[in-house]
This record gives sequence, structure tokens and C-alpha cells, in this order.
Amino acid sequence: MVRYLARRALLLAVTLLIASVIIFALTRLLPGDVARLILGREASEMALANFRQEFGLDQPAPQQYVNWLVGFLAGDWGRSFTGTKAPVQPLVVGRLGNSMRLALMTLVISVPLSVGLGIIAALRENTWVDAAVSLLSLAVVGLPEFVTGLVLINGLALGVRALGLPATSTVPDGTLADWVRQLILPALTATLVLVGYISRLTRAGVLEELRKPYVRTAVLKGLPTRTVIFKHVLRNALLPTITVTALSFGWLIGGLVVIENVYNYPGMGALLVEAVKQRNLFVIQAIVMVTVFFFALANLAADLLYALLNPRIRLE
Amino acid sequence: MARPLTLLGLVIVSVFLLMAVFGPLIAPYPFDAIIRGAARLPPSPEHLFGTDRLGRDVFSRVLWGAREIIAIPGIATALAVGFGTIIGLATGYLGGWLDEIVSRLMDSLLAIPALLLALALLGAIGSSPVGIIIVIVLLYVPIVARVIRSATLNLRSSGYIEAARLRGEPLMYILFREILPGVLPALAVESALRFSYAIFLTSSLGFLGLGVQPPTPDWGRMVSEGRESYATTPWALWFPAGAIALLVIGVNLLADGLRRILRYEGAA
Amino acid sequence: MPNPVIEARGVSMDYRLEKGWLNAVRDVSLSINPLGIHGLVGESGSGKSTLALALMGYLAPNARLSGGAVWLEGEDLFRKSQAELRALWGSQLSLVPQDSLAALNPAYTIGDQIAEVTRQHFGLSRRAAWQQAVEMLARVRIADPTSVARQYPHQLSGGMQQRVTIAMALSARPRLLVLDEPTTALDVTTEAVILDLFRELIQETQAAALYVSHNLGVIAQICDQVTVLYAGEVMASAPVRELYARPVHPYTIGLLASIPRPTTGVETRLPTIPGVAPALGDRPPGCVFAPRCPAALPHCFTDKPPLEMIAPGHQVRCHRWHEIVNGDVAILTQPEAAAPHVAHQLAAESVLSARGLRKTYGGAGWWRRLTRGSARRVRAVDDVTVRVRPQSTLGLVGESGSGKTTLARCIVGLETADDGQLELLAIPLDRRLARRSRAQLRELQMVFQNPNDTLNPYRTVGQTLERALERLSPQPLPPDQRRQRVLELLEVVRLTPDYADRYPAELSGGEKQRVAVARAFAADPALVVADEPTSALDVSVQAVVLNLLKDLRAQKGASYLFISHDLSAVAYLADWIAVMYLGQIVEEGTAEQVYQRPSHPYTEALISSIPVPDPAQAGGRIRLTGDAPRAADIPTGCRFHTRCPRKLGPVCETDAPPWQEAGGGHRIRCHIPAAELLALQVSAPKSD
Ligand code: SF4
Ligand code: SF4
Repeated sequence: MVRYLARRALLLAVTLLIASVIIFALTRLLPGDVARLILGREASEMALANFRQEFGLDQPAPQQYVNWLVGFLAGDWGRSFTGTKAPVQPLVVGRLGNSMRLALMTLVISVPLSVGLGIIAALRENTWVDAAVSLLSLAVVGLPEFVTGLVLINGLALGVRALGLPATSTVPDGTLADWVRQLILPALTATLVLVGYISRLTRAGVLEELRKPYVRTAVLKGLPTRTVIFKHVLRNALLPTITVTALSFGWLIGGLVVIENVYNYPGMGALLVEAVKQRNLFVIQAIVMVTVFFFALANLAADLLYALLNPRIRLE
Repeated sequence: MARPLTLLGLVIVSVFLLMAVFGPLIAPYPFDAIIRGAARLPPSPEHLFGTDRLGRDVFSRVLWGAREIIAIPGIATALAVGFGTIIGLATGYLGGWLDEIVSRLMDSLLAIPALLLALALLGAIGSSPVGIIIVIVLLYVPIVARVIRSATLNLRSSGYIEAARLRGEPLMYILFREILPGVLPALAVESALRFSYAIFLTSSLGFLGLGVQPPTPDWGRMVSEGRESYATTPWALWFPAGAIALLVIGVNLLADGLRRILRYEGAA
Repeated sequence: MPNPVIEARGVSMDYRLEKGWLNAVRDVSLSINPLGIHGLVGESGSGKSTLALALMGYLAPNARLSGGAVWLEGEDLFRKSQAELRALWGSQLSLVPQDSLAALNPAYTIGDQIAEVTRQHFGLSRRAAWQQAVEMLARVRIADPTSVARQYPHQLSGGMQQRVTIAMALSARPRLLVLDEPTTALDVTTEAVILDLFRELIQETQAAALYVSHNLGVIAQICDQVTVLYAGEVMASAPVRELYARPVHPYTIGLLASIPRPTTGVETRLPTIPGVAPALGDRPPGCVFAPRCPAALPHCFTDKPPLEMIAPGHQVRCHRWHEIVNGDVAILTQPEAAAPHVAHQLAAESVLSARGLRKTYGGAGWWRRLTRGSARRVRAVDDVTVRVRPQSTLGLVGESGSGKTTLARCIVGLETADDGQLELLAIPLDRRLARRSRAQLRELQMVFQNPNDTLNPYRTVGQTLERALERLSPQPLPPDQRRQRVLELLEVVRLTPDYADRYPAELSGGEKQRVAVARAFAADPALVVADEPTSALDVSVQAVVLNLLKDLRAQKGASYLFISHDLSAVAYLADWIAVMYLGQIVEEGTAEQVYQRPSHPYTEALISSIPVPDPAQAGGRIRLTGDAPRAADIPTGCRFHTRCPRKLGPVCETDAPPWQEAGGGHRIRCHIPAAELLALQVSAPKSD
């Protein structure tokens, strides 16, 4: 298993490295002079040159990439182009924390909910329960977060107001009550998108396991249905769900960008949109790189869990 | 259950397609016409979807906007599916170093969450219809390629492909005449799914203010504007939002129907 | 007569498909006494597995019992509640399933899965149940039960996995054991050992057993009573010796005759049963076998024959059994002699010669290890030299993992051999497919194993054949001539012209394989490589394809490299045989030499393990202990020394054995001198 994980980790490192090149290339090598874009049409050659030098944009692209990557690894993520030209790192890390809170809240709600729905739908295949879950997931799976979010805020306005939930969310203080109060709506919005996806794949996974011969073996051993389902089927059916959940984390990150905007929540996504509008390159790069890193970490965690639960890999 | 829902999806998508083609012809007003003294009117026979806070006819704007929201994802999906299929067929069939390198590249692209990659790219090239199309193509080529590659891998060792090799068939014949028909079910379902996600993405970008620039109406941006004046003109939010929801659901129903009809059990 | 353990009376079963409920099993009765091993034979779709599970009171989710009843020692199983059935399953009624790996849960240890049974039924403690599981493993002759109990299913070989499922089935001392094709996935040498084990264990437990199989050879070896199922109905039921010695039902007669036997010889054709079994829901109203029966009379198509007792314990469902018994109707036409086959057995020239062929997989480079996991180096083909003589057939036999398929693929060029020389018609043949000339491609064609993917599902049969003609014909053919040739090809493989416009989905497995043969013969190749071309087909269909291959060889003057794990099928077609073990050839010679005097200890065991479809011939004498080593860790010295019953001593473990010439082209790779090996064969009393 150690070999397996080492291999996965190494592969991930390769992927991250290539991804960093892609991110750098996409933000930097595309047409247009950054300095001119930031400083505007009227800026003097002098000012432009100063700007380039200040941010190291006068160096050849490969050099810039290496500087950026080394700096990034060392914790120096560059400085913002705008305002006080503050260092990017504390800014992004602060916002990252806020986004993580929201992501955590979402996962706590959505994973048990959607896995549960998927299992129920599979066990009740071709009944109205299954049909209802399928229809629900079909209906919400493709809806953009801003639509579902706005429905939650405005459509259910009466109920929402009655519960005293804010339409715009702020970072929760330490108490659980405040976590729920501040984050329940945005987390529910994100959940709606994830539920359709995870529950469908969970359902498919459970159905696939149910059809395998070992299930019949278990039934014909005379085991009670409960044991057959919980000990035999779910144990195997949940393996693919782990991978799916990790993958949906990437989706969640994208969804949070929109949701933070809907709820005016000071997360990393809101910062990213701002940065994109201002073409604040170092901020964009830092945010994207950090998310990619966390996404990769989530995948590695999933691999670890998968390996632990799967004797084929554990005993490799 | 599958049949009526698939039909419903088909009807919805057809209506929107007709809207995209003929919408501008039947729209009662130009999309940017500010009707004097008609700001903030609720829906009425005169203004089916009401007017926004500037006095623009929401119905007309929704009709005009259909073109963008279908054309951009449509063109982008077609391109992504085209390139993705070629890459998937070639890497899946040929294997070896080509497959190794391309797959690594595709995996790396997939390691960047879609919307973030889109934003980073748009930040660099600025938003324009072409920019958005490029972004979507870049996002979806790896996904399509991966699906087609695995479908191709399944077929590669089948007897009829090996028989073709033993006849000395040229590569192009094997890829496009022998393998391609076999991956069409996967391709059809995948195209429908990609189209749905492309609409999702395009409208999300519009909502974030990074979509098609004003004054062309964009449903996502209309929702975002509608939200600001929600207290006075809620209809300016609900109608474009509803249009997006309906279109996406329609495409999803269609994709799900295709999956059932073609008995294709791929990932969602 | 003791009371039967299990008794089915008039059982009918339906399956729910899209079209509604379709009848799958009709009016079947059978009973099994304690210690009895009842065989249930049938081809695919005969309903044998469905029926077998019904005898346990088990119905698949989309199946129902539409008539009849099943009694377990006098109690009606289908009147029982689920809870009552659960109390019987695993304790009184046990199943040994077909695919043992799939039938074991991958996530739990062997010990845990066996212990589950006794914990459930006897309420044993975890520890006591585990202890009992270990004892069960020992009873199924697993050498190291304590450590196997701690392993997971995927860590065991196929034979071991099957032992585990047997241990599981027997752990609560069942009254009835249902064995559903338990050896189908195993190699013959392993199968033979497992069959011996069944026989002993059933004796020990005093249970009754139902043995389901499509393999008449296996049934003959293990059962004492046989029921023949066709299209969901019982055609015949009889004591095993009687059924094989004096089959009465036309289907039974045809089926038994169509099995190739090691002794069938090259000079005859196999009798065949025309047509295919009817699909579910498409069964004839009268005798279900009528459309394929050579003795069918008009009323056979309308009146269903009753199941009649023609002798004690012998039942037959046929209107004409009297006439058949009296010899008034002949079911089998005298087996035609095959078209004269002139094999140039000792000819010096060869159609194909391969020298020193090698192919190794895995272990390639750090990058591959990083991305694909640590692939161990597997020497699939290791220094193999073979040749195929003009107009003759080289039969390549060996068990799974012996490298026979890899060797074939290297020869046709689907895989590129790492090393070695190839020559086709005395002209060097490049190892890479892309470097071969068009003429060489034309002369070397292949028939594949799986009928279901051998034809492009999106093309008609005609289009498939036309493309082959277009690519392979020496001169370009104008379209109308091509069409003409397609019809000729169809005729050659005995298919009517209307098949040209059909899609593969409309063809049965045997028909697809015949089209594949036609495609290979499109441009009269010199050598056709056939890789297990009949192993996916039913017995009655297999004979048709084997006959076809035999006829074409004579008609077209082609040679074959025929690969199969089925030694009888090989014997039917091949005049030269090469036996492969772990990537190397261990014995070669003419068919007669190899089958009559199998001299290499491995060949000897292999041939001795063939389940002969004749209960009078007791099972062979030689059994191999242990499993074949994995191809990744090949033993030193003689590769067979880990299992060889004649192992000489340390020399076999250290030195690779030399080739020993036994005369007449017969060669054996063994340390024991050829003369001695041959002497062993001559002195050993032949069981037949
Ligand atoms: S009943 Fe007629 S058709 Fe059926 S097996 Fe007997 S002779 Fe043949
Ligand atoms: S060389 Fe030794 S081990 Fe190998 S087959 Fe001959 S006797 Fe057996």
C-alpha cells in the first residue's frame, strides 16, 4: 500500500507541476501587455517600465515562471497590483480560511445526505422513491448556483426571514449557532448542486454491487437482509463513492466562487472575481494554485481512504 | 418514466432553439430600447415579463438573449467534442508515449477546477464571445477526450479491430470507420451533458459580470442586475433565471433520455 | 428406496422481460436421494441454472414459480416464508457457485466469509466459528489453512478459490448441495483434482448433490443420474451409464455424437445438430426440439410429447422412442468421411516457421512503473520454435497462462515479438505488422475467440466480407464481382445469401463465428491462426464450426495453427501437436504420438485429466498437485518441477531439461531419457 500511495503522491506532484505551468502560461503568455492593461492607455513609457520592473515582468517568461514557483513554495506569493500593493499571501490565506469554513459546512450537509439518498434510491430501485430521487437530482444537478441561491434567498423569503437567516453571510464566530445561521443558506445552495451528482453515482454504485454474484452467495448463506446490505453490499459500494466525493470537491470549489458572490460572503471566490476584473495577476495565480493544491490533497486523501478499505490495494 | 420526460426535454430544448433562431424577429422591442415612462412595470399583456428599472422590456431581452446562451455553448461544445473525440480516439487506440504525454496534460488540466480555470483565463484574455468559447473548449476537450479514450480502449482489443489490423487497414480507416461508430453512444450522451454544463458555465460567468459585455442581453447578467433591484422589480430576476433553469433542465432531461435509449452507462 | 432429499414435481418458471412474463422452465420433475449426484445438463439458455436455484427455493428478482412444487425432505420450499428459507439456506441447502472469485466478497477474509455461515446458523462465537472455518479449509485439502483463512479472495488461485466456496457450502453439513458449473472456469488439470474432491466430500457429508454443467464429459465422470434439459424442458432422464451407452432421445444422441473425443481422429466429420436452440418466448408449441430433430414427423410440431418411462429410472420425451429403441429410425447418419486430408506430415518445407520467439511483458521503465504500478516482468513466450507444415494443422495446447495465445498473436503480428525469426512460405516475415507486405497479410489470417466482438456490429455481414475482399484480393475486384464472391464465401461457410444483409446482432454465436471464418478465408490464405474459435460456443454448435474448419482445410489447401485448451477439439483437427507450459514448448509430435503416448510428464497429466464423456471410462490416474506458478515467477531448472509427478531430483530444479528425440519428429523436453518416458507409457495399463 505504501508503494501505491507513494506512486499516487508522486503522480500528483507531476500533475501539480504541469498544472502550475498551465496556470502560469494562461495568465501570462496570452496577448496584451499587463502593465498597459493595469496602468491604462495614458501611462507613460517610463511608468510602464517601472511597473514591469517592480513586478518582475521585464524578465523572460521562463525566468518569471521559476521565480514565481520558487516564491510560491517559499510562501512569497507576490504582491497585489492595486491599492497598497499588499503582499498576496496573507490576503489569500485569510480568504481561504473563510472559504474552507463554507466548504466544510457544505460537505457536512451534502455528503451524508446525498450518499443516503443514493443508497435509498438503489435499494428501492424502480419504485416511486427511486423515481422521486432521480427526478430531484436531474432537476437540480444542472442548475447554476446563482439560480438556486437566489431562489433560496428570495423565493423562500418569508420562511427565511422568519428563521432570521441573513441574506448576506459573514464569517461565523466560534459558536455552532452562528455557524449554522451564517452558513446554512450558502451551504444549502452548494449542497443542491452536489446532491444530484453524488447521489446519482452512489445509486449507480450500489446497484452495480447488488447485481454481483457475491451478494447472492451472501443471501444463500441464509444471512438476514440487513447483514447482506450493510456488511456485504455497502462496504464495497461506498468505495467508488469516496472517489466521487473527492472529485466533486473540485466542483464545489467552482460553485463556491458563485455562491460567495450571491451571498456577498468574503471568501476566496469573491476575491478571485474581483482580481479577475482588475487583472490582478499574482492574486489570480495564487488563488488558482492554492485551490489546485487543495483539490489535489482531497484526491490524495480519497486515495488513502480507498486503499485502506480495499484489500486489493492495501495488500499490494 | 424515461419516455415522457425525454420528450419533455426535447420539447423544451426545441422551443429554446426556435427562440434562438426567431426570437429577435418576434421580440416586440429591440433589446436595448428604453421605453419612456415604462420603468418597473409588472408583467402585463403589453409587457409579458414586465420591464426592468430602466424601462427595458424583459420579454424582448430574454428573447434576444437566447441566441447568446445557445450559440456560445453550442459552438464551444461542438468544437470541444470534435477535438476531444480526435484526441480520445488517437490516444486510446495508439497508446504508448503519445497517450502517456497527452493523458498527463489532460489530467493536469482537469486538476484545475473548471470555473477557476475559466476565470483565470478570462482574466488574461478578457471576456468576449470568442474568449468564452476558447475557455469552454479548453475546459471540455480533456473531459471528452477522457471519455472517448476509455470507450476506445474497450474496443481496441475486440476481434473486428484486430481483424482490420490484420488486413493492413490504414490508421484513419480504423479510427474513423471501425472505432468511431462504436463510441457514438458515448459521444452522444457526452455531447448533451457538455452542452448543459457549458450553458451552466456561460450563464455563471454572465452572473459574475465576466460574460458577454453590455449592452447585448445576457441571461446571467440580467439575473445579477435583477437581483440589485429585486425589491422593486422581482420579475426582472425571475424571468431570466427561470429561462436558464428551464433550458438546463431540458438539456439534462434530454441527456438522461439519450443515456437510457443508448444504454450507455458512463459517468455523469 | 430411501426417501429423496429433494424432490421437484412439475416445476415451471417464468422470467420477466420487457415483453412480459416468458416461460423459462416447463414442467420439470426430478428427485435426488442421499448420496446421489444428479447431473443437470443443458446448453446455454436451457434454464438449467434457474432450475438449480429453484431447487434451493431461490428465485432471482425477475423470476417466478408458475407451477409445481419443490419438497425438501417432505417440506414444500415455496410455501415457506423468507425467514424460514433463510434458516435453510447455508445450512440445509448450499450452493457452490460458478465463478468463485466473483462469488466471494472481495472486502473480507476467507476465514470471515466461511465463519459467517456457522455463526449465523449455529450461533457459534467469533472464535469458534473461525476455528471451524480453518478446519473446513483443511477438509477441502488446503495445505496451509490457518494462513489461507487470513487471506483475501484475490490472493488465491482459481482452484483455491473454488475450494473455498466448497468449504463454505459444506460448513453447516447441508442436505443438498447445488453445484452450478463449479469447474467451468478452471483448467483441466485443476478441474480433475476438484472433481475428485467433490466425490469424496459428498460421500463424507452424506448429502445429495445436484451438479449443473454444460460439459457432458464432467457429468459422465461425477454423476450417477442425469437429466438432459433443452429449452426449459426435460428431454431425457436416466442413470448415467445408460444415458451415455444407449441414448434414446434424438437430442441426447446428437449431443453425445457431436463432442469431439481424443479418438475421433482426423478422417471423420462430427455429426452435428442443425440450427440453434430457440430463444426464450420463441419456443415451438409441439416438441421443443422438432425444428432441429432429424426424425421429426409432422405431428411433432403440433403435439407435445409426454415424458415417458421407458425403463426403470429412464424417462424420455419423444413421440418416436419406440422406433428409436427398436432401431427403426436412425438419428445419426453414418458419419461422413472428411474430405481426404493429405497432410504432408514429414514434409521438409513449412508454411510458417518461427524460431526462438520471445515476448516479455512489463517491467518497462520507471515512468510506466510510476503511472501504471509495478508490473512484474512476465516472460509470456520464451524461446519458442514451431513450424506449420503445408496443408496440415499444428494444434497448440496448454492451460491458461501457458502463453499459447501470446505466441499466436506474435505470429500474426498483433503483438510484436521481442526477438526471434519468422518465415512465411519461405520468405522472412517481419515481427512488426506494419512492415509486412500486402501479400503476406493476405496469406496469414486469423479467427478470434469471442464471437460477440469478432464482427463490427455496425456493418452487415456483406459489408464486412466485401471490405475483406477489397483489402486482401490480389487484384482489385469490381463491385459486382465482389458481391458475387461474398455470396460464394457465405455458401462455403453454409450460410444462405440473405445473411449478407444481416447485422451481427441478428446472428447466433455459431453463425458469427462462421462469418469470421469466411472473412479469414476471403483471399485464400496459406495459414489461418484460430485462437480458441469454438470455446465460447455450445457443444452442438461447436461441432459445426469444427467441421467447417476441417472441410475448408481440404477444399482450400490451407494450414492451421489451432489453439485450444480443449484437447479433444485439438485432436479432432490437428495432425501435429505442440504442448506449452509456462511460455515454453515441452513436447511436440504428431497427434498420434502425443495422444497415444503422451511422454512428457505434463502432457501425460493433461491428457489423463480430460473428462471423457463416457462413464465407463473411469477418470484418469494422474493428478497434478498444486497450482501452476504465476507466469511472473517461473521456477528455475525445469519449469514443471514444482508439480511434476515424475520429478527426478535436484537436477530438475537447477538445470533446464534438454530436448529428447523420440523418433518420427516426436520431441520431449525432460531430463528423463525419451526411451524411458515412452516405456512408461507402454507399460502403464490403459484404462480403456
Ligand atoms: S418428438 Fe419428434 S421432433 Fe421431438 S425429438 Fe421426438 S422425433 Fe424429434
Ligand atoms: S525435467 Fe524433471 S521435473 Fe521436468 S518434466 Fe522432466 S522429470 Fe519432471
